Amino acid sequence: MTGFLLRRIGLAVFVILAVTVLVAYSVRLSGDPTAMLLTGSGNITQADIDRIRAALGVDRPFVAQYLDFLGGVLHGDLGLTFFGKTSVNALIAQALPATLLLAFLSLGLSLLISIPLGIHAAVHRGSWSDQTVRLLSLVGLSFPNFWLAMMFVLIFAITLHWLPTSGFFGASSLVMPAATLGLILCAINVRLVRGAMLETLSTQYILVARSKGLAERLVLYKHALRNCLIPILTYVGLQFGDLIGGVVIVEKVFNWPGMGSLAFDAISARDYPVIQGVVLVLATLIVLVNLAVDIAYGLVDPRVRLR
Amino acid sequence: MGDGAPLPGEPTAGLGNAADRESLLSVTSLSVRFGRGTGPVVDGLDFALAPGETLAIVGESGSGKSVTSHAIMRLTDYAPGADVTGAIEFRRPDGSLQDMLRAAPDTIRAIRGNEIAMIFQEPMTSLNPVFSVGNQIAEAVMLHQGLDHASALRQAEAMLDQVRIPDAVHVLDRYPHQLSGGMRQRVMIAMALSCRPRLLIADEPTTALDVTIQAQILSIIREQQRELGMAVIFITHDMGVVAEIADRVLVMRAGAKVEEAPVRQLFRAPAHPYTKLLLNAVPHLGTPGNALAGAFADRKAAPPLCQVDGLTARFDVRHDRLGRVTHRVHAVEEVSFEIQPGETLALVGESGSGKTTIGRMIQQLTVPTGGKIRFRGKDVAELRGPAQRAHLQKVQYVFQDPYASLDPKRTVGDSIAEPIRTHRLLNGRRAIETRVAELLQRVGLEPGQAKRYPHEFSGGQRQRICIARALASEPELIIADEAVSALDVSIRAQVLDLFMQLQAERGLAYLFITHDMAVVERISHRVAVLYLGQLVEIGPAAAVLGNPQHSYTRRLLSAVPVPDPDRVPDRSGLTGEIRSPVRPVGETPPIARFRREGPGHLVATEDGAAIVRAA
Repeated sequence: MTGFLLRRIGLAVFVILAVTVLVAYSVRLSGDPTAMLLTGSGNITQADIDRIRAALGVDRPFVAQYLDFLGGVLHGDLGLTFFGKTSVNALIAQALPATLLLAFLSLGLSLLISIPLGIHAAVHRGSWSDQTVRLLSLVGLSFPNFWLAMMFVLIFAITLHWLPTSGFFGASSLVMPAATLGLILCAINVRLVRGAMLETLSTQYILVARSKGLAERLVLYKHALRNCLIPILTYVGLQFGDLIGGVVIVEKVFNWPGMGSLAFDAISARDYPVIQGVVLVLATLIVLVNLAVDIAYGLVDPRVRLR
Repeated sequence: MGDGAPLPGEPTAGLGNAADRESLLSVTSLSVRFGRGTGPVVDGLDFALAPGETLAIVGESGSGKSVTSHAIMRLTDYAPGADVTGAIEFRRPDGSLQDMLRAAPDTIRAIRGNEIAMIFQEPMTSLNPVFSVGNQIAEAVMLHQGLDHASALRQAEAMLDQVRIPDAVHVLDRYPHQLSGGMRQRVMIAMALSCRPRLLIADEPTTALDVTIQAQILSIIREQQRELGMAVIFITHDMGVVAEIADRVLVMRAGAKVEEAPVRQLFRAPAHPYTKLLLNAVPHLGTPGNALAGAFADRKAAPPLCQVDGLTARFDVRHDRLGRVTHRVHAVEEVSFEIQPGETLALVGESGSGKTTIGRMIQQLTVPTGGKIRFRGKDVAELRGPAQRAHLQKVQYVFQDPYASLDPKRTVGDSIAEPIRTHRLLNGRRAIETRVAELLQRVGLEPGQAKRYPHEFSGGQRQRICIARALASEPELIIADEAVSALDVSIRAQVLDLFMQLQAERGLAYLFITHDMAVVERISHRVAVLYLGQLVEIGPAAAVLGNPQHSYTRRLLSAVPVPDPDRVPDRSGLTGEIRSPVRPVGETPPIARFRREGPGHLVATEDGAAIVRAA
């Protein structure tokens, strides 16, 4: 197990390094940041542009810029923004908790709904409740998240005035973004749980558990669920990347002050240091979550633990 | 015992009218069907069981024997669309009769695992992989006896002791995947018996086990039955096992009772033809009547078809932190034999004996670590290009599981035609279709069935299709790896007959890999016995089965159930697990020399070392 973990950690470091190269290179393909800085500034000479480029450091070769960035990363410093010269670290420190809160809340919400619902659907396979769950999940899968977000705003904020439309005003602001992301994840997860559960319920050890006289609740939530957790965990790990992608869009719709909004604005402004910082942090987050999933396998399944 | 005096140690309740007296369980016109419009799986079944009695329910797949046992425990509740009618009355410890079909769920749960317990066929899948053995046993104890976790674990340990698991304290913390099949079945028995049930239902509990392990499990069940005074319903398809364990036998076919009789009467004078058929499928080792003995006198005349010389296969299994190999499986060690054209050599052994690996090496599916395989005098390893393809064409494989060895998305005609196309044996669609039709007909199917898909066929029919596919490439040697093990006994006999007819017609040679002595006895000219990757005995079938010389061969044969209730053999020597073929790198097992026992009968010399690890 330790050997396995060391290998995984080595791999994680490599993945993060690769991400930094890719990000640093690809943001520079998006266009010249000076063009954004100078919009509406009237008469600009080529000399002005060159001066600004030199000031931003984007006139140097890519390798030099990348090594600068990497050097900063190794010191825990993501640099200063092109606009306003504030610290990227500070911006991320502000935005990250908001995003984490939203991401884990959505994930938790989706699991809290999809596990009991998926189990119920599997146990009552073919019944009307199973059919309803499957239909709803199909509908949920077909919704784009931004559309669902806007529908929520329309219904709960504009028509019913129950919730604030956007921004960050305590718990009530969390409801709609978390519900949007959570419900869409739920649509996927409920199918996953149902499928995994159907397979587990057909195994002989479930029959054995029932033949011991265990209450159905114990059979399902102790004996069966623990065996379903491996596919569920795997999928949740993979899903986390999608979730972060969804967060970027949903944050923008709800004007949620997280990493998504930060990234969106930075991309619009071609603010390289911010884009690099955000992507690096999010990529690291995804890698860490998957590492945690690998560790969790071992906790859930003794067959993995001893390998 | 309906007739004759009761034997010592057996319950004295009259069995003919057990229902009238204090019967423990009485089942009246039980019918089970799944879903509307489908036929009944169990159809109007009646039987009764006295306390302490052992009833064997015998039948083939689809006979409804497992469904009956599930209905008794109301496990049919969990099968979608199950419709159970009739009455199942079970006597509670307070003497009251409980109608199981009309009992409240709480009552059922209080009975399950406590008053009626069950063990299942597949020990590999009947324990939950994510909980330790101790916790799984303790769970039932805590539930029904209200003990705390620590005392429940102590009781679990005592139970493991009772089923003769060595080092029970440490086994408590083990997980199922760390135990062998035989050990898991013991754990399962320990779990089932932990609450001292009045009735144990054992659903094919030894079918998936090696024959020496089966013998041990049967003796544990008998011993525990005596200890606890419980009744046993033993579900099986194996008449040998029935003879060993049952007081009374109920034969089922297609959901209905065919015959019910005390065990001796049933074996002495089976009334129904179906019972006779089941009885015929049991090996009668050592008795004359092997039609093949001596039928192969002129085999030395021809040069051998396939020669295996010093064949060795080792697989790396464990590595240290630097990735260096520390342990290897010695799957096959220095095995030599030859197969004559038109001859059947049976390769016999238990799990881990290396018999499948040998088959795979001849078919070039596994590369040998050492040794040579010659086919028609040519070294197989040196074949390249067309010569290698020709070899692969001449050697065909029939696998154990006919469900897994046919592509479900192809018509069976397509599957059979594939080798013809691959080896370009025929050109033109019409010619190939005609050939496929011929082959289907030859294995006893309709030519029109070529357009169907595998799921439309039964297990026996699928195995026939697999044989047709093997025949399609006009082979000279067919390696049949447990090819009839998954089939019901009556189907098994038909498929074996087909194998033998094809051999007579086409002069095919067979390497028949099996653990089943009945199959060996029926089909083989010669027998090779493998133990831990080494050949321990080889010779003509009559000599090896009738006059076994090596201690392992004897042990193996003694473990085979004898279909005679009056002649249950003494198997007190049968203890312990089959040793593991895994060894540290550098340690090679000693290779035994052979001595000649008779014509063509070779036996590995034994140095007196125990061949089986003590339990």
